[in-house]
Amino acid sequence: MSFYKQVTSKPWEYQGPVTGSGPESAFNKESERIALTLFLVVVCVIFSLLTVTYYLRMDLGDWVPLADPAMLWVNTVLLLLGSVALQRSTGLARRGLMSQSRSAFLAGGVLASLFVGGQCYVWLQLNSSDLGVASNPSSAFFFLLTGMHAVHLLGGLWVWSKTSFRMFSSQDSAQVRLSIELCTTYWHFLLLLWVLLFGVLLST
Amino acid sequence: MAYVPLADQDHELHDPHTFITKYIWSQDHKVIAIQYGGTAILVGLVALALSAMMRLQLGFPDTFSLIDPSSYYQAVTMHGMIMVVYLLTALFLGGFGNYLIPLMCGTRDMVFPFLNMLSFWFYLLSVLILMSSFFVTGGPTGAGWTLYPPQTITPGTPGHETGILLMLISLGVFIVAFTMGGLNYVTTVLQARARGMTMMRLPLSVWGILVATVLGLFAFPALLVSAIMMTFDLLLGTSFFMPAIMAAGEQLDYNGGSPILFQHLFWFFGHPEVYIVALPAFGLVSDVLSTHARKNIFGYRMMVWAIVAIGGLSFIVWAHHMYVSGMNPYFGFFFATTTLIIAVPTAMKVYNWVLTLWEGDIRLNTPMLFAIGFVFTFIHGGLTGLFLGNVVIDLPLSDTYFVVAHFHMVMGVSPVLVVFAALYHWYPKMTGKMMNETMGKLHFWCTFLGTYAIYLPMHYLGFLGVPRRYYAMGSTDFIPESAQALNANITIAALFVAVVQVLFFINVFWSLKNGKPSGGNPWGATTLEWQTPETPPKHGNWGKELPVVHRWAYDYSVPGYPQDFIPQNVAGDFGVSDDHDHEPNKG
Repeated sequence: MSFYKQVTSKPWEYQGPVTGSGPESAFNKESERIALTLFLVVVCVIFSLLTVTYYLRMDLGDWVPLADPAMLWVNTVLLLLGSVALQRSTGLARRGLMSQSRSAFLAGGVLASLFVGGQCYVWLQLNSSDLGVASNPSSAFFFLLTGMHAVHLLGGLWVWSKTSFRMFSSQDSAQVRLSIELCTTYWHFLLLLWVLLFGVLLST
Repeated sequence: MAYVPLADQDHELHDPHTFITKYIWSQDHKVIAIQYGGTAILVGLVALALSAMMRLQLGFPDTFSLIDPSSYYQAVTMHGMIMVVYLLTALFLGGFGNYLIPLMCGTRDMVFPFLNMLSFWFYLLSVLILMSSFFVTGGPTGAGWTLYPPQTITPGTPGHETGILLMLISLGVFIVAFTMGGLNYVTTVLQARARGMTMMRLPLSVWGILVATVLGLFAFPALLVSAIMMTFDLLLGTSFFMPAIMAAGEQLDYNGGSPILFQHLFWFFGHPEVYIVALPAFGLVSDVLSTHARKNIFGYRMMVWAIVAIGGLSFIVWAHHMYVSGMNPYFGFFFATTTLIIAVPTAMKVYNWVLTLWEGDIRLNTPMLFAIGFVFTFIHGGLTGLFLGNVVIDLPLSDTYFVVAHFHMVMGVSPVLVVFAALYHWYPKMTGKMMNETMGKLHFWCTFLGTYAIYLPMHYLGFLGVPRRYYAMGSTDFIPESAQALNANITIAALFVAVVQVLFFINVFWSLKNGKPSGGNPWGATTLEWQTPETPPKHGNWGKELPVVHRWAYDYSVPGYPQDFIPQNVAGDFGVSDDHDHEPNKG
């Protein structure tokens, strides 16, 4: 029975178990995937609110636009490459080529770490050129938005490190494959989020 | 291949062996529920004591030397924040959500038991951080539970240095804890129900908790964002919310920030928060009313869709908390309209509760009394909400005791009555013992009448224009002497109600030892949690085999069936008239 059919049915009109032999689930997907999707929606809400406040605060008179550091382009490429590497890792794992998949997976994490390192470099650079967090609301928002994005990426790297560890030790390939796929989804999501944030920062 | 949720896979995931893994670092949803609920109630008692302190000051000003203006504001702030977030949200979702979701859905545990355990420990950490603010220099923040800048940060506000920082950190940790729990609850309800348990066969308790959790997942980010930005303003000297301002004769280093921006963010969280507390209460009370009236809930589908509609609407009413902040009249008109629209699904629910009672075989035991009491207090609190939702009526009543009376009736007293209804109702399942009825009924009548003695007079104080949040009224022309007499009476009623709660705790502990054995299903209820092989349910809930669900959650008093209830896991056709297109396995 489809989800829509289920929630529009009249439950008092029929009796007996309604579906096949297994437990009822709304979506034919792993619970981990459902939870990750939900979590990504929550992250979307966080960043939408940040973006709305960004545009609202901008109109308040004391805003001096910030010239975005060129280093951000390099960081963007690093994050993009990280995403590509994880996508490749997923593809290889699906074909059962676990050792190649492992190298691609490690590369994806390293590239994402380099991205975080690059962001730190940008923050230090801004700080040393008197564009620190308290200098102007535009700087404050720059630190806030990029910082929040980096924190989410660090959370991803923590899961990535656990998965890497499991890739070396675990025999349960289905579970490992799922972890790789979920990390890949998260990486793509954070890449998309970064591109949008970067777009907002560049255009203002 | 059909997907099998983790909790139902063959291998045992987290079988506890030692005392520590069984009761402390437990991954069992029932133990986590009790940990969550116990912590929430304990911290709630702190908030209760703080309210007693406030009432002493208001009822008998200049009598108690321990209450000065600073400690009064600290008490107001901590009372509000603890009650709303750390007691009610945690108790309904972390406590009842954890206990009831797997049992009512017919699964062995939450889908992510480890995450569930982590959620509780993060919650406990947030409570400890919050409580530690009582012991730091300057004490806890006294900025009001809404934490409005600029006064939250400016010198002169109690706890403006450390107290506020601890509050913000604690809220951040709480939100992390809630998110871990919330993802778990939603995923479990969506993905791990027993065979035959379709969404529309779920008891309304699960629907209420599910939608409230979704609201929490969408609303808490707004609080998180505002807390982080305020921490930036506090520690790093940014001006997100802080305008150029003088404090204690000195120009502070802030410039150009917008306090109104904070208010929007705060209430974008704050209003859904009302329903995060109310929706689980709606769900739980529906099940209690239906069970003890021996009747199916009236309009089940309407009840479900009303919960969903209220949840959706709760995100577009937030600015009705800000009518006096100076807004475009069209803006106020929009929010007044949405606010009044939300009364429609809410009223539907109230009618359906009353119609469920109509011609029911009502058993006036303790849980039922509390549930019916809720319908009264909720109607009263809800009706005053209609007054305050209108801009023109809100303006003169804003920041008076009318508002205090309104929100305490609707989201203080009402949910707490449901908490008691639910605790009296599910206590036999949690412990295998019945609670003492005499003590329970005494507890109900004292609490129910006592809360009316507190909050009904507050409406009149509000009409007189007595402002809320004042430490002392001083001498004013528009407040008559009698207002002070009323205040003294309210204080006496409040202290009485506070002390009466001891009855409940005595009952809980006394019944644990001396209560009558309840058996598995003392109320003759239909839902799955009452059909477990053991009471209290053991680890894994269902013994060897998971239940199979054959009917909806409200088959009470079905004609032709020997008992006046048919449990959800009982097979067979009873009482379905011939004209229905009945197919047991359709789908």
